[in-house]
Amino acid sequence: MVNQTNSGNERVDLAYRRRKNAEEMKHQVISFVLMILLTLISFAAVGYDEFSHWFSIPFILLLAVVQVAFQLYYFMHMSHKGHELPALFIYAGVFVAFLTVWAFVTVVWW
Amino acid sequence: MQVEEKLTAETFPSSPERATLEGKNKFIGFWLFLGGETVLFASLFATYLALKDKTAGGPSADELFQMPLVFVATMLLLTSSLTSVYAIYHMKNFDFKKMMLWFGITVLLGAGFLGLEIYEFNEYVHEGHVFTKSAFASAFYTLVGTHGSHVAFGLSWILTLMIRNAKRGLNLYNAPKFYVASLYWHFIDVVWVFIFTVVYLMGMVG
Amino acid sequence: MSTLARKKGVGAVIWDYLTTVDHKKIAHLYLIAGGLFFIMGGIEALLIRIQLAKPNNDFLVGGLYNQVLTMHGTTMIFLAAMPLVFAMMNAVVPIQIGARDVAFPFLNALGFWLFFFGGLFLNCSWFLGGAPDAGWTSYASLSLESKATHGIDFYVLGLQISGFGTIMGGINFLVTIINMRAPGMTYMRMPMFVWATFVTSALILFAFPPLTVGFIFMMMDRLFGGNFFNPAAGGNTIIWEHLFWIFGHPEVYILVLPAFGIFSEIFATFSKKRLFGYSSMVFATVLIGFLGFMVWAHHMFTTGMGPVANAIFAVATMAIAVPTGIKIFNWLFTMWGGNIRFTTPMHYAVAFIPSFVMGGVTGVMNAAAAADYQYHDSYFVVAHFHYVIVGGVVFALLAGSHYWWPKMFGKMLNETLGKITFWLFFIGFHLTFFIQHFLGLMGMPRRVFTYLPNQGWETGNLISTIGAFFMAAATVILLINIVITTVKGEKAEADAWGDGRTLEWAVSSPPPVYNFAQTPLVRGLDAYWIEKMEGKKELTPAEPLGDIHMPNSSFLPFIISFGLFVAAFGFTYHNDHSWGLPVGIIGLLITFGSMFLRSVIDDHGFHIHKEEVLELEKKGAKA
Repeated sequence: MVNQTNSGNERVDLAYRRRKNAEEMKHQVISFVLMILLTLISFAAVGYDEFSHWFSIPFILLLAVVQVAFQLYYFMHMSHKGHELPALFIYAGVFVAFLTVWAFVTVVWW
Repeated sequence: MQVEEKLTAETFPSSPERATLEGKNKFIGFWLFLGGETVLFASLFATYLALKDKTAGGPSADELFQMPLVFVATMLLLTSSLTSVYAIYHMKNFDFKKMMLWFGITVLLGAGFLGLEIYEFNEYVHEGHVFTKSAFASAFYTLVGTHGSHVAFGLSWILTLMIRNAKRGLNLYNAPKFYVASLYWHFIDVVWVFIFTVVYLMGMVG
Repeated sequence: MSTLARKKGVGAVIWDYLTTVDHKKIAHLYLIAGGLFFIMGGIEALLIRIQLAKPNNDFLVGGLYNQVLTMHGTTMIFLAAMPLVFAMMNAVVPIQIGARDVAFPFLNALGFWLFFFGGLFLNCSWFLGGAPDAGWTSYASLSLESKATHGIDFYVLGLQISGFGTIMGGINFLVTIINMRAPGMTYMRMPMFVWATFVTSALILFAFPPLTVGFIFMMMDRLFGGNFFNPAAGGNTIIWEHLFWIFGHPEVYILVLPAFGIFSEIFATFSKKRLFGYSSMVFATVLIGFLGFMVWAHHMFTTGMGPVANAIFAVATMAIAVPTGIKIFNWLFTMWGGNIRFTTPMHYAVAFIPSFVMGGVTGVMNAAAAADYQYHDSYFVVAHFHYVIVGGVVFALLAGSHYWWPKMFGKMLNETLGKITFWLFFIGFHLTFFIQHFLGLMGMPRRVFTYLPNQGWETGNLISTIGAFFMAAATVILLINIVITTVKGEKAEADAWGDGRTLEWAVSSPPPVYNFAQTPLVRGLDAYWIEKMEGKKELTPAEPLGDIHMPNSSFLPFIISFGLFVAAFGFTYHNDHSWGLPVGIIGLLITFGSMFLRSVIDDHGFHIHKEEVLELEKKGAKA
């Protein structure tokens, strides 16, 4: 049932849904703060000249992947029910994307 | 549920964007489209990575990119992603006015990002970094420019939705439209995360 | 046709087709357009074969030969095979899953018109200085040099426009199959053709974007001063090859998986036996689709990627033979013990098995990277891919057309003429392409307009050319068959072949505009067969009779596509004429303006009322 009418009372259901949405919004804000932090750390890692680029490049790539995971799973609700197929196709796209990028950073100039 | 039904906060479904068949179709269809866009941008990224050092005597990445500007642009776009989440939150709560407000803020932040990017490109052109100069330049402008045109398209999309639906309030006909537009907006932030990491930060590491 | 013309004027019929969003009519459009392009591609093939019939021939030489061979390949793959595959998918898939249309009918129409205008734009090149001449693969070094005419620009922009249509079609079928299956139709109860469409559409979704990007780069380099492929400015031409083949290899699976799906339907129906090993067929289809993305560089063995890369791609390529082999065995086991009826579609199906397997084994030969250094760019490769494409895809399209013709048009194609077409085509096909294996092994290179005498190539080429004329004759007989059938063919029943197993055979031929008066309840695989075996005349309904919601027709898909057609002309000529850029912008405005109109004008469709549905059902039952 799309409305999650588990109680018979419309107003109770509404209150429940409002609370659930608010709860989720809190998670979104926390995600946002973490994303800002991840961004700041990335910029700092690159700005700090003492780090060798053998460290900073994989590091910022990892941070980027983590931040994108937050976007997908929280902002875009990929963690919710009903997102199995979207997740499957996004991962399939990521797979093809990965193959393409891998080919270009290896075989193109070898 | 019938699309023309007059709804109230109590009767508005918890996932209004998927309460009709049309909504379900748009929802799945758009996620699939984003899967395809992932591969599209990956091809652009792959090419950029292959060509980023081929500057043919023109200015290179570490000579051009300025950390403060990229940082501000990132903050603008990232924040606009959050504000669009707020907008959908209000949509689920059947609060049309607040949804419109937050979409409006999203558009302003997005326009700020775009303005900054136009300023940035203008600067680069004056420093000799033009599309036709080198393989690096062509790859840079195509990748970042494609992203920028996606931002521009997204802004006009959200604006059109806001103007068209200003007098209608929320219903099951426009809820999926707003939802899908916000998915698109999040996706271009996803792409930007990779752009600032792979293009700008990696470029500035040298 | 004459009775229909009396009911509706010709003008009304044309307007109907220009504005339709009905998947069944869109199927007709794809069939006709694809068929016309198939004939064009076939004529291009005949011209090539006439030129090569004897050494030092001067019938079609030099640059013009290169244009004809480029257009032959490009037309056949992009403008004939793919649209004909889409015709089959549109005609059948929604009905096979118990739906009333695809998820996005407007987008479906848009997909067709984009394909059509893209193909039209490409073929305008013939009249405007010359067609593209760098092969259907248009490798960057050569195609950047080809600056004397705009042929390559017509190629890039025409295919880009068509490609947008294809991606839309792919997304449309995915959403349709995911969301709109009738109650009771789980994924593992879908007909094999639906599974094939599903995996194919996923391949389209992920394979076309790299091609889009490749075309953008080519357009940038040729028309806007870009440097992606220009070594002097740091570019690299191999980037084009990678992007093209990351698309190009999945593309051939996009062509062949629907063919496999069509044959699965035909084998089961005309063996009067369910498909053997359904689950493994589904698994094999998905595996082929997945592996199809991991083998693209087997088209690039000789480009200097190195032995490690070559070895990886060689092994991955050979691996695809395994799921394909599973399918071949399953088809054979379907026939074993069955009650076989050698109808025209079954002729094609049975002929497909050895023909396609021959193509498959030469594929494994080509996959051996070291050996490929000898085969590459020779007629051996030409023989291989024609065996799999003609022996696989074209046979399937001919078979599928015969099989579903009654469902699409309400008449049965003539069986006798159908079998004559089959035999002429089958014999011609093997005559033309079998000998080419040996021509290739004897050293004959591809894409060269002539050859010297006394190398032992004369007889082979002559035989090859004769085969082409057999195939031409077959096509003519097919056209005669179509004309005769249209004028006075026998009307077809709902279950036109009598042995239908899947839902499309439960509705009238052709189906009513809403497909099903009541969405059916699906009780298992081969849903219609189950009902028939229980003695039921009709499908079990899953909903009460009610008003049926239908989408509105629209002229906007045509206009949106036309706008891109105009824009393409503008951008092609913007460096030569001052009107170029304005025309380009006007074209884009037409397109985006129409898209804007579509977005802001509400379109809720219309309803066919219950009473009307009952009327139409009664009329259908009487007919």
